[in-house]
Amino acid sequence: MISDLFSTTVLIGILASGIRLATPYLYASIGEVFGQKSGVLNLGIEGQMLLGAFAAFYVALTTGNLWLGVLVAMIVGAVMGLAMAFVTVNLRAQQGISGIGFYLFGMGVSDLLFQKLLGTVETVKGFPKIFIPGLSDIPGVGEIFFSQNLLVYIAYLLVPIAWFVLNKTTLGLKIRSVGENPDAADSLGVSVARIRYFTIILGGILSAVAGASLSIALLNVFQQNMTSGLGFIAVALVYFGAWKPAGVLGGALLFSMINSLQLWIQVLGIPIPSDIAVMMPYVLTILVLVAAVSRVRAPSALTKPFERED
Amino acid sequence: MAMKKLLQSEWVSRLVDVLLPVFAALAALFVGAVMLLFLKVNPIEAYKALWDGAFGSSNAFAETLVKATPLLLVALGICISFRADVINIGGEGQMIVGAIFATWVGLTFTGLPGWLVITLAMLAGFAGGGIWGGIPGLLKAYFNVNEILSTVMMNAIAVQLMNFLLRGPLIDPAQAELASKIPQTARLLEAFQLPRLIPTRLHLGALIAVILAVLVYILLWRTTLGYRIRAVGQNPHASRYAGIKVQRHVVLALLLSGAFAGLAGATQVFGVNYRMITDGSASGFTGSAGFNGIVAALFGQLHPILSIPASILFGALLVGANKMQRVVQVPSALIIALNGLVVVFVVSSEVWRRRRQKRRLAAAGQDDESSPHAGGEKSQQAETDA
Repeated sequence: MISDLFSTTVLIGILASGIRLATPYLYASIGEVFGQKSGVLNLGIEGQMLLGAFAAFYVALTTGNLWLGVLVAMIVGAVMGLAMAFVTVNLRAQQGISGIGFYLFGMGVSDLLFQKLLGTVETVKGFPKIFIPGLSDIPGVGEIFFSQNLLVYIAYLLVPIAWFVLNKTTLGLKIRSVGENPDAADSLGVSVARIRYFTIILGGILSAVAGASLSIALLNVFQQNMTSGLGFIAVALVYFGAWKPAGVLGGALLFSMINSLQLWIQVLGIPIPSDIAVMMPYVLTILVLVAAVSRVRAPSALTKPFERED
Repeated sequence: MAMKKLLQSEWVSRLVDVLLPVFAALAALFVGAVMLLFLKVNPIEAYKALWDGAFGSSNAFAETLVKATPLLLVALGICISFRADVINIGGEGQMIVGAIFATWVGLTFTGLPGWLVITLAMLAGFAGGGIWGGIPGLLKAYFNVNEILSTVMMNAIAVQLMNFLLRGPLIDPAQAELASKIPQTARLLEAFQLPRLIPTRLHLGALIAVILAVLVYILLWRTTLGYRIRAVGQNPHASRYAGIKVQRHVVLALLLSGAFAGLAGATQVFGVNYRMITDGSASGFTGSAGFNGIVAALFGQLHPILSIPASILFGALLVGANKMQRVVQVPSALIIALNGLVVVFVVSSEVWRRRRQKRRLAAAGQDDESSPHAGGEKSQQAETDA
């Protein structure tokens, strides 16, 4: 039965779903990269994802309009980001703990609304697969890379865009300087507060889209606490990826491939207890953190609130 | 005379410090009321049901205390770790592993006398949680792994470990025979169950938790170890220069923090459920006490004694939420959301505390160090130094 894993169809299946499963990580982790690059640790991702997932799902279910769902999720994410920005930038609250607060808030509210407005698990017709003409016909490769839905493609497009913005634009330079040396940035006339507001709200929007990608593009259902730790893994991937979009992509792919493998192991009925299989990605994350963290340096001002010296 | 003036302002600002969390809770309840209005529910009716559910009868109050017990135990651990500036989010997993260890003891040593098995099981729970907290501690101290992330991962691992054990090696032999195979352990012998204090579900665990609160207070403020743990949290660099082994204390803080959560898990099994059962999720076993204990500890200003009323308050919210769900059909998830808001409001209100602290320190002519979130700490220090 183990040998089943190595048939071509199964391998293609594992890779294709691996590519797909990386989507929510990519959105959330890229958003987190922007936040952390500017010196803000957002631990509320999970809560923002859950709210985004619910908002998108509910709107898509009631209006039948998937894009409206994504839009509403983005607005919800932006509002959450705005609240978090106010708390961490203006009130200079401890970022780690306030993030946990936002997580609990998002989890509670999404669960509350789910029970109040839906009551039962329903399904929605999510984003359809888009077969890229020509490319999707290539055997194997076509199925793996070019037969996904639109939110998947956009997630991968975000990687080079994020790299470009962070490294090749003035905005990116400002973000990085605010995260490395806010005092210097401030003295050069960069508004630390404005930059951080921007990155935190962007992170909120992207986290909400990450949630939406789960509820209306990948799984097409909403359930209580459906993210089950995904948002925290997204934060871990930022450390793993050394605060680089390409690194995050690598981490997200590694992680989702392991996850995909784990799912296929269960599908094929390979006799590894499913609980142990589900455990693997988390064990892997810890090992990856051990390997990755000591090697690179975090942005100097990460988690440090900025206060102008008078 | 300047001293007298300082004392007066000290008193006033201390009072405000103590009241800040109360304001935070009121603000959260206010936001909750707005949310209830959106759900077309009368907030007054809802909160009345909440109050009745928590304090309406002696039975209700006993339930509140039963719910408060694991919160307090987790909160005590949080007091230790957060004072060391180590953020332990792993209470859920630590509770689970503590419960697994304790349950194993309870199911294995069936020939021993009850008091001995209970003692051993509680110690096993303490040890199990300690191991589960100690691992992220080691990873933080020696591999620089962010403890927030590693403790969250350890939560997920613990859940799967529990599911695996309850479906396989630890499954109730009776269930193993049946087709349903409900993932649960056998029931503990009656002699091994924590004695009840009054004829309700209130059990000895509550008393143990209160005694431990006093012990943790003594540990943190009356022993060298506690002083060092707090020093590491306040200023790791200065502590290192002072010859304190910072890494070792980081590990110890997380280990102890996990141990108290593990004990919380053990008391849940031995005092409430008398067996372990899983619905596949962490909260199915813990009731999210691993998270809510953090809320209680923050609310109690990371002070073990203040954590007692804080835990009772949040225990009351949880018990009352069930009644609220029945009476006005508002899902108890509302309370999770409100707990989140309390956390946000409490840490946000720190800004005022810090500002006053700065003023106090400036008045006392000490040089200022940016203080950790722990807060209230400097004034404690100033008091004992004086």
